[in-house]
Amino acid sequence: MKSSKTTGWRTAAAFLLPSMIGFIVFSVLPMITLLFISVTEWDGLSELTVFSDFGGFMDKFFVGLANYTNILQSKEFYQVVGNTVKYVGLYIPLILLLSLAVATVLNSKIKGVGFFRVVYYIPVITSWVAGSLIWKWVLSPEFGIINEMLRVIGIEGPKWLQSSFWAMPAIVLASVWKDMGYFGLMLLSGLQGINRQYYEAAEIDGAGRWNKFLHITLPLLSPTLFFVMIISLITSFQIFPQVMIMTPDGGPGGSTMVMVERIYKYGFKYYEMGYAAAYSWILFAIILVLTLIQMKLQKKWVTYDG
Amino acid sequence: MKKLLSVVAAAMALTLTFTACGGASTKNSSANAEKTGSEPITITFEQFSGAGDNEVYLKKMIDVYTAQNPNVTIKLQSFGYDDYFTQLTAKISGGKAPDVFELNYENFVSYAQKGALTPLDDIIKEKNIDTSIYNEKALNAFNLDGKQYGVPNSFSNVVLIYNKDLFDKANVAYPTDDWKWADAMAAAEKIRALGKDIYGYYHPITYHEFFKTVQQNGGNLLSKDATAFTINSKENVETLQYLVDMQRKSNVMPTSEQMGGMGDWDLFKSGRLGMIINGIWSFPDFARDCDFEWDIAVEPSNTQKATHFFSNSYVISKDSKVAEEAAKFIAFISSDKAATQIRLDAAWELPPVNDADIIDQYIQKTPPANRKAVFKSLDYLITPPVVSQFTEMQDIVTRHLKDAADGNVTPQQALDAMQAECQEKIQLTK
Repeated sequence: MKSSKTTGWRTAAAFLLPSMIGFIVFSVLPMITLLFISVTEWDGLSELTVFSDFGGFMDKFFVGLANYTNILQSKEFYQVVGNTVKYVGLYIPLILLLSLAVATVLNSKIKGVGFFRVVYYIPVITSWVAGSLIWKWVLSPEFGIINEMLRVIGIEGPKWLQSSFWAMPAIVLASVWKDMGYFGLMLLSGLQGINRQYYEAAEIDGAGRWNKFLHITLPLLSPTLFFVMIISLITSFQIFPQVMIMTPDGGPGGSTMVMVERIYKYGFKYYEMGYAAAYSWILFAIILVLTLIQMKLQKKWVTYDG
Repeated sequence: MKKLLSVVAAAMALTLTFTACGGASTKNSSANAEKTGSEPITITFEQFSGAGDNEVYLKKMIDVYTAQNPNVTIKLQSFGYDDYFTQLTAKISGGKAPDVFELNYENFVSYAQKGALTPLDDIIKEKNIDTSIYNEKALNAFNLDGKQYGVPNSFSNVVLIYNKDLFDKANVAYPTDDWKWADAMAAAEKIRALGKDIYGYYHPITYHEFFKTVQQNGGNLLSKDATAFTINSKENVETLQYLVDMQRKSNVMPTSEQMGGMGDWDLFKSGRLGMIINGIWSFPDFARDCDFEWDIAVEPSNTQKATHFFSNSYVISKDSKVAEEAAKFIAFISSDKAATQIRLDAAWELPPVNDADIIDQYIQKTPPANRKAVFKSLDYLITPPVVSQFTEMQDIVTRHLKDAADGNVTPQQALDAMQAECQEKIQLTK
């Protein structure tokens, strides 16, 4: 007589297997391989014999922790981190505010809500390549729509992608435009999961709109908000296509160099695969630490209560 | 439940075996067979210069070869230049390098130094492959430390191409082979004055162009023995100032804004550009699309003449099991009379050979009428430095040049920053 508990576990395992296989083969194994590569000066041109001839491969290329120390001592790394912090500092507040706004609009009873849903979601399903090209054009200093509109109200707009100060904010704008609908939809499902009775009770007590939002909506939406924050922070460190297309060479004065762009260039353009592998692991460590910190903090402000 | 589990487990085991085996390289079946003339042989071949419009001509050359050698099959894959190296790197590191592939001169050194190529000297001796037919300069470009690693398949240089009609309209004398920068700028300003949308000059501000243009002013990016960077020298700052002023001061050259996403070739073809510094590979294109008279001259310079040399080569992977056959094949498509004739008829760059008849045929073709300027330019050739981190250096240089061209920094500031970054990141060891 098996306990139902083990049966449940086995059934779950059977259903999980297909995705677990994919995860192990396409994520875990490459990550471990990368860890070995990151302590070598393998150039990416010689054959990767780390499986067939581990000893020989290490004999030939092993450099210990040199890649890690070189990265952490390079000026470039701190510029890259600085650029990313700039991106995160602008992107996260903007995306939270705007996706919350989107969710609120879509949750209201206005006419043609279906139309708005489609409009907000179009950027999400647009390919980044097309999106970036459109934004490049929109942000053109002389002929772009944005500066055209600013000129109408008498402001001479910035040079956007050609200015070291404005290039990153420009990329933030494009990213917010693209992700707004995605996170908006998540928050919408969070909003719709809130029981109407809370609001009715509050209205009877005479609470205004603002009070309802502050004391009912926000706390009950906090799990979803937290999820959005974690995901958007992780993706902030992984931005790539928009940067590569809008500023292919790292931006004016290197102002849009970011982690994944560096990893790609060192690995596949500059023949420094070991260095790129170490960069990847540093990126992984940063994201892991940030996520752990967020997990700790969530206990303080996230309410899991329906 | 049990049944389901065992099915899943079996599937998992299978998947794992497949992925585990994926890493092992499959051995070519003909590897150990004695290579006679009749043994069927397959040569895998990847290249970029014959992608797009020119692939037809390359296929013609291959057809001629396989007709003469019916036992050989050539598997051709073409990629655009931008994607070519990314995919090639991945294939080589995965142990799946093609037998024959193409490298441009700048990347050749990286590959040769890292031991990814088969040296050809022994095969050339053994198979009696005649290398005397090749243009010496082009052949030597693919020789490293006394070993020949590749054969040139074409070479090309850069000239001044000008729109005769605009010169006539502006009433300016046509460029000559000994023009100085000042002459070019004076003419460019008169042409610029013809109209708001008419420009006088176009000189791309890129790594390649900058590397050459500083030498026209007696400067250089590297010291004579290529062991130190001399990027922010007085001559180089003057050169960058000259290039930036073209856009920002006299505006004889459109800024990237004024171009509005249009390409420089298109600007020339639209008849709104007086002069363009451009490669000879644009001739077929211009001959087809320009509805005005145009011709060429040797590039203008400031204190000394300097012109570009570009060349591509075919090389053989160090792991190739059919290296000897492959060597015969690349010798054929790069230097055989039939193959070079196909290249010539297509006006697809210069065949890398010293054949007087071929050269004569090239000169006879018009437009441009002054094709002699192409060969005259060869007298002032400069070759790019041998730096194994070439691509990285190119990216650093390009980024800072762009910064100056966009007007964010002065030429002096841009070159100081470029010097510092190159010193930090690029190893200049032999």
